[in-house]
Amino acid sequence: MTEKRHETTKEIGDVATTLGDDTGSAGIVRTKKVTVAEPPAVLELEGGGRLGPITLAYETFGTLSAERDNAILVCHALSGDAHVAGRHSANDKGAGWWDMLIGPGKALDTDKHFVVCANLIGGCSGSTGPASIDPTTTRPYGTTFPVITVADIVNSQVLLLDYLGIDKLLAAIGGSLGGMQVLEWALSHGDRLHLAIAMACAARQPTQAIAFNEVGRQAIMADPNWRGGQYYGGPLPTKGLAVARMLGHITYLSDEAMQEKFGRRLRDIHDYSFTFRADFEVESYLRHQGLSFTDRFDANSYLYITRALDYFDLTKGHKSLVDAFRNVPTRFLVMAFSSDWLHPPYQLKEIASALRATHKHVSYYEVASHYGHDAFLLEREKMEGVIAAFLASGARTYCPREGCAA
Amino acid sequence: MRRFDYKLIEDLVPEGATVLDLGCGDGELLAGLIAEKHVRGSGVEISQEAVEACVAKGLSVFHGDLDEGLADYADGSFDVVILSLSLQQLRRPQMVVREMVRVGKLAIVSFPNFAHWAVRGALLVHGRMPISRELPYQWYDTPNIHLCTVKDFRALCRRERLCIESELYLRSFERPSPRLRQPNVTARIAIFTVARCP
Repeated sequence: MTEKRHETTKEIGDVATTLGDDTGSAGIVRTKKVTVAEPPAVLELEGGGRLGPITLAYETFGTLSAERDNAILVCHALSGDAHVAGRHSANDKGAGWWDMLIGPGKALDTDKHFVVCANLIGGCSGSTGPASIDPTTTRPYGTTFPVITVADIVNSQVLLLDYLGIDKLLAAIGGSLGGMQVLEWALSHGDRLHLAIAMACAARQPTQAIAFNEVGRQAIMADPNWRGGQYYGGPLPTKGLAVARMLGHITYLSDEAMQEKFGRRLRDIHDYSFTFRADFEVESYLRHQGLSFTDRFDANSYLYITRALDYFDLTKGHKSLVDAFRNVPTRFLVMAFSSDWLHPPYQLKEIASALRATHKHVSYYEVASHYGHDAFLLEREKMEGVIAAFLASGARTYCPREGCAA
Repeated sequence: MRRFDYKLIEDLVPEGATVLDLGCGDGELLAGLIAEKHVRGSGVEISQEAVEACVAKGLSVFHGDLDEGLADYADGSFDVVILSLSLQQLRRPQMVVREMVRVGKLAIVSFPNFAHWAVRGALLVHGRMPISRELPYQWYDTPNIHLCTVKDFRALCRRERLCIESELYLRSFERPSPRLRQPNVTARIAIFTVARCP
């Protein structure tokens, strides 16, 4: 499946430069693009379809060592992108989505590690997805884009690593859908992954999460502008996508976090308006989150990526989760967040217990947090110590090639 | 200097065994067992800082509360299950001992002996709750809520129909103790090895 590196790939766009300016920042970074799975190569998909050529948008931080043994892959979640740390320009207002963990001296220390993050296939932030042009029709794929799975996403990342000349990852890390990619990496490409850090996820998409995703998809498909997914060039199904995002956002918070953040506070008024305007702070917040999401996200990508989530089941084709993990050589750190009700701690304990059942190297760590599912994007202080400790102790047992003393 | 109670526990663990250390703290005992006895070990620990210390040592550790039981652990899934000086801090010590012999083929339990003469003396002479190196807390802030004696633990084993494979005693953490006579009076620390009776 993996093509010979450099031969079937070509680089588009600029080579990124990482400047170490302000302390702890990963510096200025540019998103790079590479095309993989070019003819005659193609990515064979789990669902039977084929995808190619594939553009992957990615960012890198730090320097790949001469031994190529310090690479860490960061896997992003549903609405993330390749811009995981640093800034795109000196006056860029926001930093990458996991900037708190990645940079010189941080948990993923870019002075030591070479950090890679790529936008998902099926996404809409530079990598090939439903809004991309189908080379066979020269029109956007829309819903003719093949349904992809987490395994397909991971296989596309394998092509990127081949291109970058990384035979084996020191670590892969991610939360939510990113955590599922990490698990899939260990299961399908464990020989190329030494350390896995999976957070706020599950070994199989739980029923409640499928249910939430289905409501989101129905909201998009019920938008008259969706038009069977062939809306490019016309009005976009922003209403439907905004509602899907509003629902998603609720599942990322927690009862406690919402109480604390909004309570029953009213928005710029002293009494109820006795209308259906957004009286409550929480309504206004969700409307804003929903609408601003439509500026940067494609509705069809939302359909495809939530589908990939729903189809995720590590036990598929195995007798049990214990059985699925039986031959995995990777060392694991599994992290849960106490108030996460999308992926409650029991779902992460299930992963860790299945690994422990055959005496694999696995640690389970539960962060006490009231931020809900989003805690993995927020609780820097409670996460960085254990992540750095796991990477440091794991690196001591790392043997990227034959012959070194592990 | 290695703690002598750890040394005695190490000697009780077979080479290459699978070991579960309940309440493993910063992982010192477990790391020693891996280094000396080449065990495949895993720990359980409730404190976030201690879990982090274990991870830094490269150990497998589960962040969790022993009082919630070991439901995720299959019967006989470990050769040895250890509970080192944590019995007295559990809310449900009887349940945990039961779980230990279910999950482990062998259970090693160490605990401070509350019938040691110094403890008896503190109560008898001073009429105050005893404070010692093994039990350094005031009565109102102690995590040690289920203290017992050597005789008490033997009685628990009888009640739970557990066979005692060995009893070891210590007068201090630092020195080996000769065979103690009257251990219920002279031992500060007791180390029991128990299993389900055949």
